[in-house]
Amino acid sequence: MAFTLTNEFKAKADKLRAGYPRPDAALIPLLQELQKDRGFMAEEAMDALAAYLGLPYARVKAVVTFYTMFNRAPVGKYHLQVCRNISCHMAGAPGLLARLREKLAIEEGETTKDGLFTLSSVECLGACGAAPVMQVNEDYFEKLDEKKLDDLLEDMRHGRLRGMAR
Amino acid sequence: MENILLKDKVAGLDGYFAAGGYKPLKKALGMTPADLIEEVKKSGLRGRGGAGFPTGLKWSFIPKDGQGPRYIVCNADEGEPGTFKDREVILKNPHALIEGMAIAGYAIGASRGYIYIRGEFAAEARLLEEAIADARGRGLIGANLLGSGFDFELSVHRGAGAYICGEETALLESLEGFKGQPRLKPPFPAVKGLFASPTVINNVETLAAVPTIIEKGGAWYAAIGTPKSAGTKLFCVSGPVNKPGVYELPLGVAFRELLEKHCGGLKEGKKLKAVIPGGSSVPVLTAAEAMAVALDYEALAAAGSMLGSGAVIIIDETQCMVKLLQVLARFYHHESCGQCTPCREGCGWIEKILDRLEEGRGSAADIDLLCSVADGMKGRTICPLADAMAMPVLSFVKKFRAEFEAHAAGRCCPPEPAGKH
Repeated sequence: MAFTLTNEFKAKADKLRAGYPRPDAALIPLLQELQKDRGFMAEEAMDALAAYLGLPYARVKAVVTFYTMFNRAPVGKYHLQVCRNISCHMAGAPGLLARLREKLAIEEGETTKDGLFTLSSVECLGACGAAPVMQVNEDYFEKLDEKKLDDLLEDMRHGRLRGMAR
Repeated sequence: MENILLKDKVAGLDGYFAAGGYKPLKKALGMTPADLIEEVKKSGLRGRGGAGFPTGLKWSFIPKDGQGPRYIVCNADEGEPGTFKDREVILKNPHALIEGMAIAGYAIGASRGYIYIRGEFAAEARLLEEAIADARGRGLIGANLLGSGFDFELSVHRGAGAYICGEETALLESLEGFKGQPRLKPPFPAVKGLFASPTVINNVETLAAVPTIIEKGGAWYAAIGTPKSAGTKLFCVSGPVNKPGVYELPLGVAFRELLEKHCGGLKEGKKLKAVIPGGSSVPVLTAAEAMAVALDYEALAAAGSMLGSGAVIIIDETQCMVKLLQVLARFYHHESCGQCTPCREGCGWIEKILDRLEEGRGSAADIDLLCSVADGMKGRTICPLADAMAMPVLSFVKKFRAEFEAHAAGRCCPPEPAGKH
């Protein structure tokens, strides 16, 4: 399927590139911008970006696959990312992950059939004093327990939380 | 003692001004760069990201003559497990960082600065961008700062989720739009850094201390803390204590004081088992070792560990050390950039061996194998990530060997919750 970069994106891209003495340094911010559109990096989007920037496709793909925040498959409206590192682990992250797997009936890396939730475990989010922590799209939710988690899920189910544009 | 980094009511530009903010910049612009660097050297300030390298000395490595651009880069890629101090500085005192960068830029002759912030800190990145825009509005960022003739441009660059980008040369690769794989040194960034130009990379906490050092003088700052570990440090405490959080205290403070006085001790019913005093990469201390140690670069080195990022992770008696090491091994394996064989393969092997031990499929020989793999990784890679895996492995096994032996003998902890009640 053909993918066309919008003029709006191109204008933004040119502005971002001007912020660096070597325009290709803007690659990561540009990919972030591009991912906003569909929530993941499609092959054809990477192709179109590489062509626009005059970079080899392999350079773009290498960067996309190196960094964990680039999704290579569609994600749900709410991407639940539970920290699994040491402080959150001690504060009960495994229990929260188990509860999410059970309530959403999906495993890590999967998306619910209604397209609402994707579940992931992630490494340290840098908010260890408020463990356990979960990031939903770009927002942090801290000092979680089962009650707070259930309330959050309800809020998301009823669209009371900002979701990813889709 | 008055806080230098964590203050109330200074998050906005007006509040920062009211507290005397940006006066240090004015003072700095009236000094020569050489005098500025001398003042920072005199302060004894050392890198707060983990390595503890003297900041003034790092600045002095920038070639004095020579053409072309220079860069000042702030490392805000806070990702060392247990660390959450830079985020606190950004949220509470962003202008101290911005002002510190402008002063550092002037000192090393850099008219361009970048703040490389981890991608997950989206709100913090927005906040910094707003703070920079506010500063620009008052002529504190941009052309001809405060009429001095010195130009300084500053922008925020978000990462995209890779722990390794906290290593300074990997950060530079990432900032240039590549995979974050560390570079061979030499050449050091001071000679050939960002875009092949002389570059200084400093941590958020380091840069945010600079304005106060310039305002009050290097000698004033050096009088805080211990002779070799000068100044205040942000200690971020996580784990089962009553008041986890970030505490700004003079270096050399006793761990016991941090735990009991500031953090309110362990939660009721919990007993201290171990402490990781400087982020997940440093050797673990037993409860007895921790309770006797002071928190500064030298005292922690003498105790066989490191101050690192100041991330103090509290571990209580209910925790299984084999399980916790498995959690860390999964992390380092996931974050290894893959370019050096000992790290790429070693982290994976260590994770696999720990999986076996944790699940009761291991043997006594696996414990020695763990140590042998860790030994084979140390000091044999381009960057310290391999050592950051090896140090917890060797210290966990050395200090809590009985737990590893119990696992090897089949006495395992209860499995993790599976998701069905």
